[in-house]
Amino acid sequence: MYEIIEKKVMSETVKLMKIKAPLVAKKAKAGQFIILRIDEKGERIPLTIADYDRKKGTVTVIFMEVGKTTKHLGTLNVGDFLLNFVGPLGQPSDIEKYGTVVMIGGGVGIAPLYPIVRELKQMGNYVISILGARNEKLLMLEKEVEKHSDELYITTDDGSKGDKGFVSDVLQKLIDEGRKIGMVMAIGPVIMMKVVANVTRPYKIKTLVSLNPIMVDGTGMCGGCRVSVGNETKFACVDGPEFDGHKVDYDNLMLRNRRFVCEEEESCKLAGV
Amino acid sequence: MAVRKTKYEMAEQSAKERIKNFNEVPYGYNEKTAIEEAKRCLQCKNRPCVDGCPVEIDIPEFIKHIAEGDIDKAVEILKTKTNLPAVCGRVCPYESQCEGECTLKKIGEPVGIGRLERFLADYERKKGVKIPKKAKPTDKKVAVVGAGPAGLTCAGDLAKMGHSVTVFEALHDPGGVLMYGIPEFRLPKEIVKAEVDYIKKLGVEIKYDIVVGKTITVDELMKDYDAVFIGTGAGLPRWLRIPGENLDGVYSANEYLTRVNMMRAYDFPNYDTPVKIGKIVATFGAGNVAMDCARTSLRLGAEKSYIIYRRSDVEMPARDEEIEHAKEEGVIFHLLTNPVKFTGDDKGILKEVECIKMKLGEPDESGRRRPIPIEGSNFKIQIDTALVAIGQSPNPLVPKTVKGLKIGKWGNIETDEDGRTNIPEIFAGGDIATGAATVILAMGAGKRAARAIDKYLKLKK
Ligand SMILES: Cc1cc2nc3c(=O)[nH]c(=O)nc-3n(C[C@H](O)[C@H](O)[C@H](O)COP(=O)(O)OP(=O)(O)OC[C@H]3O[C@@H](n4cnc5c(N)ncnc54)[C@H](O)[C@@H]3O)c2cc1C
Ligand SMILES: Cc1cc2nc3c(=O)[nH]c(=O)nc-3n(C[C@H](O)[C@H](O)[C@H](O)COP(=O)(O)OP(=O)(O)OC[C@H]3O[C@@H](n4cnc5c(N)ncnc54)[C@H](O)[C@@H]3O)c2cc1C
Ligand code: SF4
Ligand code: SF4
Ligand code: FES
Repeated sequence: MYEIIEKKVMSETVKLMKIKAPLVAKKAKAGQFIILRIDEKGERIPLTIADYDRKKGTVTVIFMEVGKTTKHLGTLNVGDFLLNFVGPLGQPSDIEKYGTVVMIGGGVGIAPLYPIVRELKQMGNYVISILGARNEKLLMLEKEVEKHSDELYITTDDGSKGDKGFVSDVLQKLIDEGRKIGMVMAIGPVIMMKVVANVTRPYKIKTLVSLNPIMVDGTGMCGGCRVSVGNETKFACVDGPEFDGHKVDYDNLMLRNRRFVCEEEESCKLAGV
Repeated sequence: MAVRKTKYEMAEQSAKERIKNFNEVPYGYNEKTAIEEAKRCLQCKNRPCVDGCPVEIDIPEFIKHIAEGDIDKAVEILKTKTNLPAVCGRVCPYESQCEGECTLKKIGEPVGIGRLERFLADYERKKGVKIPKKAKPTDKKVAVVGAGPAGLTCAGDLAKMGHSVTVFEALHDPGGVLMYGIPEFRLPKEIVKAEVDYIKKLGVEIKYDIVVGKTITVDELMKDYDAVFIGTGAGLPRWLRIPGENLDGVYSANEYLTRVNMMRAYDFPNYDTPVKIGKIVATFGAGNVAMDCARTSLRLGAEKSYIIYRRSDVEMPARDEEIEHAKEEGVIFHLLTNPVKFTGDDKGILKEVECIKMKLGEPDESGRRRPIPIEGSNFKIQIDTALVAIGQSPNPLVPKTVKGLKIGKWGNIETDEDGRTNIPEIFAGGDIATGAATVILAMGAGKRAARAIDKYLKLKK
């Protein structure tokens, strides 16, 4: 059993939790994730490790309430327990010295982006962060990301904060201005990652994306998380979740992520959430 | 009195009824029938049946006690060689092992050894399991990686020898394939849990949610433990490697069975994990895993459930009983048929599979006749779901993260007969060493490794 030590409401649908999981905290690295299950009847869901404290033995996750499990998780409080919490899973990010890096986070993708921003900055990179969301309310971790960035740009679809438009517009502008970019990382909705990869492709700028396919075990056993990268089938839970953004088949990922939409809706309706 | 030529019948749910539920198919012998069946045994002096059992169960001895009505003693004898009797009595391929060697086969059917084992295990479970005497505690600690049949057997035996044993398991339930792979209707999960409880009562501690190689490494375990046994199984699914395999509607057998068995998707939305199969399901392959997929699909409401297999019926690797049960339940077999391509509709949802007819040529390395495509014989089958059950390879996660460990051609950990690897304090067994095999072979490997570990620990001092 894994205790919830701290809970923070980031916005109406986004919550942060610190979970006591010393073994995971001891090994966690930026870019990795955990899989949790709330109770005996629960589904196993993956969430990125947003932060960790090795001394206190805690792991932070930030999640958006999108369906049954994340909504249920959102109702839990400090002192409640999760039945299962396993990790750290996946490959850690390559934290290297790239020079200038552009870090793009969309919506809930800002959560997993944050620890990577921090570590790239600590490595001595010049960090330009671009955060985007549908509206101001859905924006998060702005202050935290700003602290570890040399430049920060914000976009919202409706213009309620920052520039009205998309994160990819800012990226295009930076490129047009002739900024020398060593690496671009994008984490967010699949469509956003696809668009970002399309922007950088003609310029051959190294682009990394973090994929979020549907998972079950997280150990390479089920193959449910398979993604097509450069026409090869990869398992995101063990080979990823980060991949070369120019090689990912995004359309296939979007298709596979819609696999259980009807069932998820039914599940929510029955649970009354 | 002449010996009865056939096994006493074991009552089972009718095919019509059982495809509507996930309850176990056979009901098992009652005491009276078990005694009658036991009386068929000739008590052969040369014990051919024992030679056929990978864990050398004293078959004639336990059968003798059943025949005499001393069921408790029979249980005791059985349990000296196996820690998981209710499991072997259900899923062991006895027809090609113990029963395959039985003298009675010369005149008819062998003694129903598997059925008798199952009877004993169920009898004992109902009565309350007795915990055997353990050896004096030693000061030695052993880590076991993976709570499948290999790991659990090794752990149980080491505990009986007095060592302190901790099992590290990646998933949230113990049992390995017994829990996530083999369906409820063939091996009820309550039974797996009861057998695991027995292992725990021997003093074994099981820790869940620990992916060795990620959460903790074998090298780290070696600092705290005197020896490590690796039994992480063959969990890596193989693919057909044909176009369209990543469409919505194509599952690996592992994902499908894990959703249904371990996550209980058959009870969705009471349980949160979904599974979706549509009306027509095609399973590729013809082993136990494939039969489990095809039969599970009928129970989930599929109108048609196909087995598509590239060789002929004689080459099908599944246990006879599974094939028989599948046929009774209405699974349709497309033999000598190989898939070449999956196609989806305009949304990318699986809609049909294109297949090609095969014929058998000369025997290949496996000794089975090689299937050869018949040119121009392509045809299409409409399907909603495809289940790929063509085999599993050893999971690379642990082997890849142990420095200097010798790995074989197929990514398996190389060991000697007794599970010794090239690193003295590391032992391995079960599917991770042999590639996908059977429960009883995994248990046998766990047993031999336990003995080898005990020996190693005594020498180490
Ligand atoms: C490596 C990885 C890291 C992730 N990190 C985060 C994170 O830090 N914060 C966050 O809010 N979300 C993250 N996600 C997504 C998160 O796992 C899903 O939002 C969650 O599983 C949805 O579960 P649900 O029952 O609440 O919603 P559901 O009703 O199950 O589904 C809602 C949506 O989530 C998708 N989804 C469903 N099940 C899964 C699953 N098992 N894995 C992935 N997607 C699924 C569905 O396709 C659907 O679009 C991550 C996903 C992956 C694979
Ligand atoms: C669907 C299906 C049906 C089958 N039917 C039969 C049958 O009827 N009869 C028969 O004899 N055999 C059958 N088999 C084969 C049999 O189940 C296996 O040969 C046997 O389970 C192998 O045992 P094992 O202990 O080596 O591995 P497994 O049972 O695979 O157990 C390995 C365990 O290790 C865990 N693990 C893996 N990686 C890690 C890690 N990194 N850290 C921690 N833990 C880890 C896994 O989660 C798992 O619990 C079937 C297999 C399947 C898939
Ligand atoms: S364990 Fe398997 S092979 Fe051995 S006696 Fe039992 S059924 Fe036969
Ligand atoms: S071979 Fe058959 S008849 Fe002979 S002892 Fe074994 S079970 Fe009995
Ligand atoms: S989640 Fe099962 S293989 Fe990746």
